[in-house]
Formats: sequence, C-alpha cells, structure tokens
Amino acid sequence: MPFIVKHGNTGLHGVRDAVSGRGEGNQMAEIPSSREQADQAHGGLAPEPPGGAEPASAPEAAPMPAGVGVAAFVRAYGAFPLPRDLNFLWTVGAMLVALLALMLLSGLTLALTYTPDASLAFSSVEALERRAPSGWLLRSLHMTGATFFMAALYLHVFRGLCYASYRAPRQGLWTIGTLLLVLVMVTAFAGYVLPWGQMSYWGADVASKAVGAIPLIGGTLEQVFLGGDAPGSATLHRMFVLHFTLAFTIVGMVVLHVAVLHAKGSTSPSYRPGSGGASGATLPDAAGRSRMLPFHPYFTVKDTLGVVVLAILFTLVMCFWPGLVSEVENYRPANPLHTPANIEPEWYFLPFYGMLQAVPSKFGGLLVSGGAVAILFLVPWLDRGTAATCAAGRWGGLRWLPCVALAVLACSFVLCGLAGRHHVQGGWMLVGRLATLGYYLYFLAFLPFYARLAQKELRS
Amino acid sequence: MSVCLPPALRPVVQRCAGVLAAGGLLWPVLTGVSAVVPEGRWSFTPPAQAESFAGAPAHAPAQDWSFRGALGHFDLAAVQRGYAVFAGVCASCHSLTQVHFSDLGGMGLTPEQVSALAASWQVVAGRDAEGRLTHRKALPDDALPAPYTGPEAARAANRGAVPPDLSRIVQVYPGGADRVYALLTGYASSASAPGAGAARAEAGFANPYAIGHRTAMPPPLRENAVVYADGTRPTAQQEARDVTTFLAWISSPHADDKRRLGVGVVLYLCFLACLLVILKRRIWSHVEK
Repeated sequence: MPFIVKHGNTGLHGVRDAVSGRGEGNQMAEIPSSREQADQAHGGLAPEPPGGAEPASAPEAAPMPAGVGVAAFVRAYGAFPLPRDLNFLWTVGAMLVALLALMLLSGLTLALTYTPDASLAFSSVEALERRAPSGWLLRSLHMTGATFFMAALYLHVFRGLCYASYRAPRQGLWTIGTLLLVLVMVTAFAGYVLPWGQMSYWGADVASKAVGAIPLIGGTLEQVFLGGDAPGSATLHRMFVLHFTLAFTIVGMVVLHVAVLHAKGSTSPSYRPGSGGASGATLPDAAGRSRMLPFHPYFTVKDTLGVVVLAILFTLVMCFWPGLVSEVENYRPANPLHTPANIEPEWYFLPFYGMLQAVPSKFGGLLVSGGAVAILFLVPWLDRGTAATCAAGRWGGLRWLPCVALAVLACSFVLCGLAGRHHVQGGWMLVGRLATLGYYLYFLAFLPFYARLAQKELRS
Repeated sequence: MSVCLPPALRPVVQRCAGVLAAGGLLWPVLTGVSAVVPEGRWSFTPPAQAESFAGAPAHAPAQDWSFRGALGHFDLAAVQRGYAVFAGVCASCHSLTQVHFSDLGGMGLTPEQVSALAASWQVVAGRDAEGRLTHRKALPDDALPAPYTGPEAARAANRGAVPPDLSRIVQVYPGGADRVYALLTGYASSASAPGAGAARAEAGFANPYAIGHRTAMPPPLRENAVVYADGTRPTAQQEARDVTTFLAWISSPHADDKRRLGVGVVLYLCFLACLLVILKRRIWSHVEK
C-alpha cells in the first residue's frame, strides 16, 4: 500500500523505532522525501541522544532550526510526540477546544442582538430566536454547546483523576486546568442569567443569597454581585460583562494549558515498568520514545474523528431532542413576584446544588459545595504517590481499590446531582449527605492513604 | 380589536391550503418516517383519574400531533386554520406579545399575504393633539397588539384573572399540546352549554384539566365559531386541534427548520466520520498497539 504519509512521517519525525522494529534510524533518514517541511521538523527531534536531554527541550527545540514564524510554530506542534496508546478519553481535550471555538463564535454573534436590561433582555432573546437571521440556530448552538462543554469538561477532569494526570511534573498543568474549570463554571452561570427568564432570575436570586451567607463580607459581596437589593438591570450588566470577559480569559488560559502540556508532555493510560519510567514521562528515552508518535498525522486524524463524532451527538441533541438541554421554565419572562415551585440550576450545577442543600447550615453548605471544586486544586499534593510507587502497589493485593474508589467518586457525584434535583427531601437528604461524604472521602481519605500504602509495599 | 377571520385572510388561507398540504407531505417523504407511522392513540380515551391530590389536573390523553417526536413536522394548513381560530376567538383575551406579523410568514404566507393579514389588525399609533389614542392598520413590522393595556385592565375585564400570554404556551404549560387541547375540549358538559356557565361564573368553569378543576376561562370554542377558508368543517374539536397546532408552532416556529437541518447535517457528518475512520485506520495501520 503506497501511502505517502506512512513513510514521510514515520521516518522523519523521530519515531522510526515505532515502525514495528524494521526501521533503522539511519536507513530511514536516507530515504529521500519530497516533503521539505518534514525534513525540517526532523532536525528538531532526531539528533537528540536518547535519554540525554531535559524533558522540556524536546518539543521546544524543534522551531529553532527553522527560524521563528508561524510555519515553524505549526511544525513544532505537528511534531509534538505523544504516547501511542492514548485512548478516546484523550480526544476530549480536542473536543473541548472545538466547543470553545463554537461557543466563542456563536456567543459573539448573539451579543450583537442581545440587550442586557431587565425590561428588554427577555424580548431581545425572543426577537433573536424568532426574527434574527439564523438566530434560532445560533442560540441553539450556544445553548447545546454549554451543556456539551460542561459534560466534556467533567469527563476531562475525571480522566485526569483516573490516570493521575496531576502527578509530578504536571502539577502546574492540573492547577491551570482546575482554574479553567472554575472560570468555565462562573461563565456558564453568568450566561444562564442573561436570557432573564424565570430560572435566570431566581437562579441569580439563590446565588446572591448563597454569597450573602458568607460571614462578615457576605452582605457587601451580595450588593456588589446584584448591584442593588434584588436582581435587576445592574445584575444583568454585571453578568454580561463577566460572561463576555471571562470567555476571552478562558481562551488565554487554554493557550497556557496547552503550552504547559507541550512542555511537560502527555500522560498515557498505560504504565510500563520496562520503559524506564511512566510511559507518560516527559522525556522518552530509547525505549520510551518507541512508544511515541508525532501529533501530526496520527493524533490530528484521531482528534478530528473524535470531534466529528461529538458533532454528530451534538446535532442529534440540538435538532431532535432540544428538550434535553433547555429548561422550559426559562421561557417565561422573569417575574419577581412569582417564585417558581422548583428552583433548580442547570444539570451541571446540580451536584453542587445538592451539596449546598445537604448541609443544614447556610454557610456550611456554601463551604462544602465550594470546597468540592476547591479540593481539586489540592489533588496533586493529596496524592503523594508517583507513577512508580502506585504501579508497584497495583501489583500488590489492592489493585482493585483505585477502581472502586473512582467508581464511588463518580457515583457520589451523580447521586449528589439527583439529590439536588429532588431538593434533598425525605430519603434524598440521607442520600445527599452520604454522597457528599463519598465525594470528599475520595480526596481526603483514599488519595493520601493509597499512596502511602503503595509506597510501603514498594519498600517491602 | 380583533376580528372574526379577517376577510383579507380568507383567500390567503384558501390559496395556501393546497400548496401547504403538498409542502407538508413532502417532508415525511424525504425523511421516510415521521407522521406516516400512526401511533395508534388517536383520541378520546377517558382521562386517567389517578390524582395525588384532589385538585391535581387530570392526565391529558396523548394526541397524534403531526409535530410530535424527533422527526415530526408542522401541518402548516392546520397552523393557518389555527391562526384563524386564534384571531377570531383567543385574541379577544390573550396576547402574543413576542410575535410580530412578519413572523407569521413562517406559516407559509407570501410577504403580500402577511401585509394583508397585518392590515386586518389595528394597532395604537400614538396620541393625537388632544391626547387621545389613535389607531392605524398594522404593518408587518408591528408586534401583535395585546387585547388589554395592562394586567390591571385584564384583571378587571376577567373577574380577577389575567389571561396568560400565549407566545410560548405549549412549551411552558405543563403537559404541553396534549393538555392545551384537553383543556379546550374538556369542559364539563353542564358548563359547556352557552348561558349555563354564567350562573357559576364567579367560581370559574368546571374543567378536569385545570388546576383545582376550575378555570376562569369560559368555554371558548363552539361549532362554527370561525369560517375555514379551505372548507374544513369547523367543529369545536377541529378548532381546538387547529389552534393547538398553531400555538405549538408559534411556541417554536423554527422547529421544522431545525429538524430539516439536523437530518442533512447528521447524514453529512456520518459520511465524514466514515471517511475519517478509513483515513485513521490507514494512517495507524503500521502502528502496533
């Protein structure tokens, strides 16, 4: 099968060892290539002595010979080595980038019609849906995009917890990622207030009261948040500005996130003790490098496939089951005199809403639900194990334990959401409390305990 | 303010009905599924009376709406007949504040027909030199006028109840189109006879589908309340079906566009995904796992 990509890339991106053992480095390098760009990228990776250079140098060295410029930048990113055994969970990052672009473009066009004023916001959104050219499409894209963005983000974080992507040397990457999670959640909330339907209004009301529960500064913060005593035009202005500026902050943070990823290298689902470290170790040594493949074309095609599969799901939900992502109560205009029977946030905040309600004290609930996100910042320091210790531990008697703990974590998260949906009434109160406990136990009990156990096992 | 089937509309409805029936039929042919499959639950099974509390509205029997399901579509001829019912009956109390006349073009009307339709309505044109309100014929850019100047006027005219706005009613009303239809046709028989309800008007009208089984809305529909230009017999049931279809359409006027777009996009993306699977397998063909 004469397929040009095969020779052009395997030979010239420093992964000749990967070609089922038949490619010798020198031999492959001598193959004349019609692609100059591949030749230049080759210069970046191939001359490195195996195992000799610093971790960060591999991807960064690439642009140097070709000079500085967009082409060199693109080449450097195209040559970025990734472990070959990345599974579909690693394409979620690419999906998130695609969704972010979609949200940004649709949001910018929506902002052309939207009016952030309490008396006009609802009808401006209605006018947008009914009369603006393709307005219904833009708004559907933006609404469905919000749900998919949050779902993909939760999956991305869960993957990080599953495969311990936060361990050294990637603590910085994890911290930036968690910060991004917080920013996206704030942006999603601010965006949900903007249409000024019943749920928007009462959601802002509940959030402001939650903020007001903070001792000492709560009252002031509530005033700053609302711009008055009750949600109104001032609140809408704040939310609009917040939504708009945070969107671009998120773009900047994503660039940083990706840059750090390129400096530190990617993790991978497998660990092979024979390769002299985790296969995700930053620097591939001779054996480790054989497990690597360049980003282009291997992972570009894989990510593109992932994005297209996501797009199919996205279209199915947006066009055929729009009820899954929209809250009907929000199609009623905001009415400060009429409290809806069921005030509940969008599904992606339900777990935190459940935790908020599961704790009897107002401020305690706020601490617990806010802490559920904040604890993610501490994960790299709660889990002191390294890939080596944990892999050793897994060969001991407790290999099943991490899987069970992760399952408990995921179930707790879902149960918290269900409890939040049922307003922790009756039996749901108990479920909500147990689930909150289960969520926290993973971080505060399992992570430190398991790392220590594995270390002990390694020593013995 | 509103008129009983504006004369301007009659030829419009007549002209469009045939065309629309054809246009409406094209869609199921394209998709191959949708309304062709009957659901077998046509109508009028007695409502299940399993309320959790005394005043809970009865469960509305499911109807065979053309727009139901993921691949449904609006029967635009019914939407147009439903507009006639809305304009002739509902509009005397209910508003459609978010809707402009130009939006009604989506029922399958040409711009000229929309202008003629708008001209059959009167809208406020500001105040004259003496401060009195003046009126003019509506233009396509105008919003549909509300029957009352505000909630106070509505309350005064309806014994304390404010008739809800209908712009999104099928979407926000619990039970959706089925319950709207059930409510319109489900008045207890004693109240549905004209005049009989007047005595008990203070307490509202008996209707198992209303909250507390009482509604402030008098039975709105009766036989021959409107004249259909396409010759359909205007029974109360038919009027209720048509106006419910109209309200469902006005609640999400672009639902059909969305579904049509979705079919094309999903087919295209599936094709693209197949190509990408092949490409990915070729590129990865020599990589041992």
